[in-house]
Order: sequence, then C-alpha cells, then structure tokens
Amino acid sequence: MTDSNSIVYMDNNATTKVAPEVVEAMLPYFSDYYGNPSSMYNFAGEVESATATARKQVATLIGCETSELIFTSCGTESDSTAILAALRANPEKRHIITTRVEHPAIKSLCENLETATGNRYRVTRLKVDSEGQLDLAAYRAALSDDTAVVSVMWANNETGVIFPVEEMAAMAKEKGALFHTDAVQAVGKIPINLKENAIDFLALSGHKLHAPKGVGVLFVRKGTMFTPFITGGHQEHGRRGGTENVASIVALGKACEMAGELMEEENTRVRRLRDKLENGLLASVPKSILNGNKENRLPNTSNISFEFVEGEAILLYMNQYNICASSGSACTSGSLEPSHVLRAMGVPFTAAHGSIRFSLSVYNTEEEIDFVLEKMPPIIESLRKMSPFWQED
Amino acid sequence: MWEYTDKVQQHFLQPQNVGEIKNASGTGDVGSLACGDALKLTIAVDSNDIITDAQFKTFGCASAIASSSVLTEMVKGMSIEDAGKITNEDIAEKLGGLPKEKMHCSVMGREALEAAIADYKGTILPMAEGEVICECFGVTDTDIIRAVKESGLRTLEEVTNFTKAGGGCGKCEEKIQTLLDKTIEENSDVSIKVVKPKRMTTLQKIKKIEEVLEKEVRPGLKKDGGDIELIDVDGDYVIVSLRGACKSCQKSQTTIKEFVEKKLREFVLESLVVEEE
Repeated sequence: MTDSNSIVYMDNNATTKVAPEVVEAMLPYFSDYYGNPSSMYNFAGEVESATATARKQVATLIGCETSELIFTSCGTESDSTAILAALRANPEKRHIITTRVEHPAIKSLCENLETATGNRYRVTRLKVDSEGQLDLAAYRAALSDDTAVVSVMWANNETGVIFPVEEMAAMAKEKGALFHTDAVQAVGKIPINLKENAIDFLALSGHKLHAPKGVGVLFVRKGTMFTPFITGGHQEHGRRGGTENVASIVALGKACEMAGELMEEENTRVRRLRDKLENGLLASVPKSILNGNKENRLPNTSNISFEFVEGEAILLYMNQYNICASSGSACTSGSLEPSHVLRAMGVPFTAAHGSIRFSLSVYNTEEEIDFVLEKMPPIIESLRKMSPFWQED
Repeated sequence: MWEYTDKVQQHFLQPQNVGEIKNASGTGDVGSLACGDALKLTIAVDSNDIITDAQFKTFGCASAIASSSVLTEMVKGMSIEDAGKITNEDIAEKLGGLPKEKMHCSVMGREALEAAIADYKGTILPMAEGEVICECFGVTDTDIIRAVKESGLRTLEEVTNFTKAGGGCGKCEEKIQTLLDKTIEENSDVSIKVVKPKRMTTLQKIKKIEEVLEKEVRPGLKKDGGDIELIDVDGDYVIVSLRGACKSCQKSQTTIKEFVEKKLREFVLESLVVEEE
C-alpha cells in the first residue's frame, strides 16, 4: 500500500479524507455507545441525543430546520428519494426538467424514468454554453404546467461551475413545479441558506466533506408532500426505514460543523492555492485550456485540458509522483467518448480527451501546489513528444 | 484503476522507439483524435525485406502506448512476411495480457503494422473495403468479421472491447449483433443442417422448435445469464417466455425478433412469428 503521507491528494470532488476530529467524534459510537436509538433505556437515549446533535449541526450548515432533514446512505439515495417523491406528489404531471451535465445519480435516474416507464415521463435536458453555464431563458421556456419536478445540481462536479439554483427554484415555484438540487459538491464549499430560497429538496453526501462514505442527507422542505423511498421502521419519522448509521451520522454532524468553521478558509486560502495551481499550469504548459466559467465556480475546482494528449496516460504519469486527480477521458471501449459534461459544453475532442480535474481541500498545502507545478509540465511534454498530433514549433 | 501488468507499465513509462523514421519505407496511420487513440507507425526495410527499424507516435491511454512500444520491439529484425503474420493477440501476449476493455489497443497496433506493410508493398489494404458499420469509430464489417474469427468473439461486448465498434453512440449495436451471429454461424462446425419442409404438423413443429431452441438459441442466451422457454405453438405463432437475465433486459424485444425468430425461421419454417408471453 502507498504511504498516505506521501500522497498529493487533489481529487476531493471524488471523495475526501475523513477529518481526524471527525474520526475521533464517531469512534465511541462503535463500541461504547452502541445502543439502538429506538430502544427505551437511557443507554440508547444517549445515542439518540447524539444523532439529534448531528441533525442540528447539519441544519446549521445549510440553514434549515432539523425536522426537514432525513439521514440516508448516500447522495445517490437522497437524489432518487427526492425525484421519486416529487413525482408521487404530482401524479398527474409527466414532465421533468434537468440539465445535460448532471451527475449519473440524476442522469441515469431520468433516463430510466424516460425509457423504463414506456415514456410515461418526458425529460427536458437543459443545454449549457461553452463555459458550462445554463440559459435561464431556455429554462423559463421549458417550464410548463405539466412539469412535476426540476432537478439541477448546485455545482458541477467536473468543472465546479455553480448554477443559479435559488433563482431557478423560484421560477419553478411560480409554475407549481417542485425543485430538487443535487448539492453534493456545493455543501461545505459555498454558503447555503435554505431559509432564503424556495428549494424543496436538497441532497448532500458525507464523504465529499470529510465525513465517511456511506452517509448522506436529504432535505425536504416543511409542507412538501413526501413518500419514502425505503419503507420499514419508524426511523426518521417514518420517512426512511432502517436502523440509523449512528457513528456515521455523528461523523457527518461533526464534519458539517467543521465545514461551517472552515468555509472562510475554503474561500480564501484554498481558492488562492487553486488559482496559483491553475494560473501556473496555464502559463507553463502551452496549449492548455481552462474548462468552465472562471468566476462562477467552486473555490476548490480546476478543470484543465492539455491538448493532444490523453487523460488516462496523464493520470498514470502523475501517479508515479503520487499525485491524485481525475480525468474527463474514460478510455474504456464501452465508453470511449469523453465526459458528457465536457461534450455538452462543446469542448473539442482535441481537448476533451486530455482534461484533468484538480479538486483541492483545506488539507492541501502551498508545497504541494509547487510540487505539482514542477511535475506537470514535463509530464505533458513527454506525452506530447509521443503524440502524432503534436507539432513542435 | 486498471490492473496493468508490469510489462505494460514498463512499456508505458519507458516507451521504446518513440519517433518517426525519416524517409520511412512504410508508414501506417490509424485511429484519430476523435476516437481517443491514434498510432503512427513508421518502418525501415532493407533490400532483403527485413525490418531494420520501427518507430511510433501514439496518442492514447497507457495500453495504447504500451502496445505501440512493444510492437516496435517485436518487428525489429523481422522479415516483412513474418511481421505480416503478427496478430493483436500476439501483441497483447507480449505485454503479459491487457484488460479486456483495452484489447482494442492491441488491435490498433496490428492495424498500424498492416497499414505500414501495405504502404511498403504498395498494395491496398483490404480494410479500406467493406461497409462502415460503426460510424463513431469508422469500423467496417470486414474489421468486425476478422476480429470475430481471429479472437473467437462471441458477444457484442467482446466485439466492442476488441474493435471499439458500438462503443460510441451505440446505434449500430443491432447491426453488429447480426453480423456477429452470421459470422459465428458460418464458422461453426456443428450447425444443424436441415431441409425445411413446406408444411409441418403442430407436433412436428413443436419438436423441431424445441430442438432448435436447445441447439441454436439457449447457448447464446445462457452466456448472458438468460434462458428461454417454449410456451405454446398456435399455427405459425410461437409463444415463448424469456427467463433469467433476459426477462428484465431492455433489449428483450430485439432478442426475440432479431435472434430467436430469425433462428426459428431459418431452421424450422419461414413463416413463423415469435411472440413473448
């Protein structure tokens, strides 16, 4: 196994390190406070109150009531629950609006709703421009009385581009449609206050904000008609059956508390590191292009295309230096086309195949940025020397 | 994360013979930027038809680069005749194997070599002929038939892994399946030879249908974890029920019409119509 101390981890949109404070907070709930929160004795009551604290911590981070939160197993479960509940709430409506750049959690679900139900549902997928941004006029035109639910991610996982979900939720409300946002990438990175908008459902995931994998949250606004996705016991007020994943819920609460405290740092120091990395690479590597709008973006994400070289090859060269990042190029024969996000943005093939996403966190350091800035240009250069499309000046 | 062999990693991280031979005896240019991988192979050949040098330039993933690098090593010192016999399987084998999703990288190596040899000889490649089946990656029926025969491919997924055909938009999947079925059948030694009578009693029909389902249909379905059951025969209408993985498969209708019905029409009676229960 690779020593984690030597890892330069810049793939935080994929998953994050569990914060040491979070691990510390959750550990007692494995072997000391292991009671079932539903049980009657005091020993279980302590566990119950720990999950209540966690619920408060999550509610504080996203500005909502604790009664509006349902703990789930992951972001994908939250997404599925929200969309299916919204459709049940409006059984006579048959139209869904989403975007072309959603995460598979929403993308595949909508495809299934379209085909597996024998086209019972109609899906409009909003286009994005070359900077990955939505056209609100096109959205307004797509909204109709038949629209049951709109699902738009708060921030895109590949480019970090932020969508105007609050404005879009207000527009949906006017038309009587419910609004869901997959906020998995946004929560903890940018301020969110659900008291100030008309969003009906919001999904978040623990492992994207330094809590463990296997825990997520669905926010359901008070007064929104809701049908559970997983039925069973009375847990979560009968809105999600299954014994609570107590330790992970406690962890998620702690992680949300920390994210609130670190929000400032995320938007100042981390943003500065990201900008340094991005500007440095764009300056030192010829024919490199930034994907996504530069301003309207998460502070931690940078998606850069290195023309005429292929993403997997770049990643495996980076891997030699233990630098971890992602690529929008999936070279498997089953999906040889580059990422659907970059394709929706019209990024040319010459660039899309060579796209690398760096996503930072508060754990990244200036030294790491310098290290990557030193290693990347020769990696790209050596691969370009091999490329039949690269013309040296 | 891909499981690459040490040999693949070695050829990827320290590729051999990167470059382009000036005044090459033969050049093979395959793939394109849009496809996600491309290879330019140049060879130098002496008066005795021996390859004295080979160099490559590749755009692509680790497997593509490793396949190109090992290929140049393989052909150096080889006669043109022997080099012409190298198959993609040989290339993959030299690398200690490739993940199955990456087999198309070795195919690209073989194609580039063929193109370079043809260029040297001044002949036209047979690959340029044929009908384009997969428009995303420009794969022709000739390419597909060849891969099916050479590597003993049996499923659509395997064809995609080896030739990339069907790996883009997927619109050509049906065509590939038809071509695959046809090629397998033509190359099968144990195909049932039947003289189709014009009229049959229902009992004869049922017996024959059961026989064809068993020999021609079930093996194909079982490979994908499915099965089929004959429910009823009513005149020319054959009612069947798909089982296992086939039952929930979105392509079940295509399986019934394109696969089951075709087989039954071919081996039993031209007028049969197959319907699902």
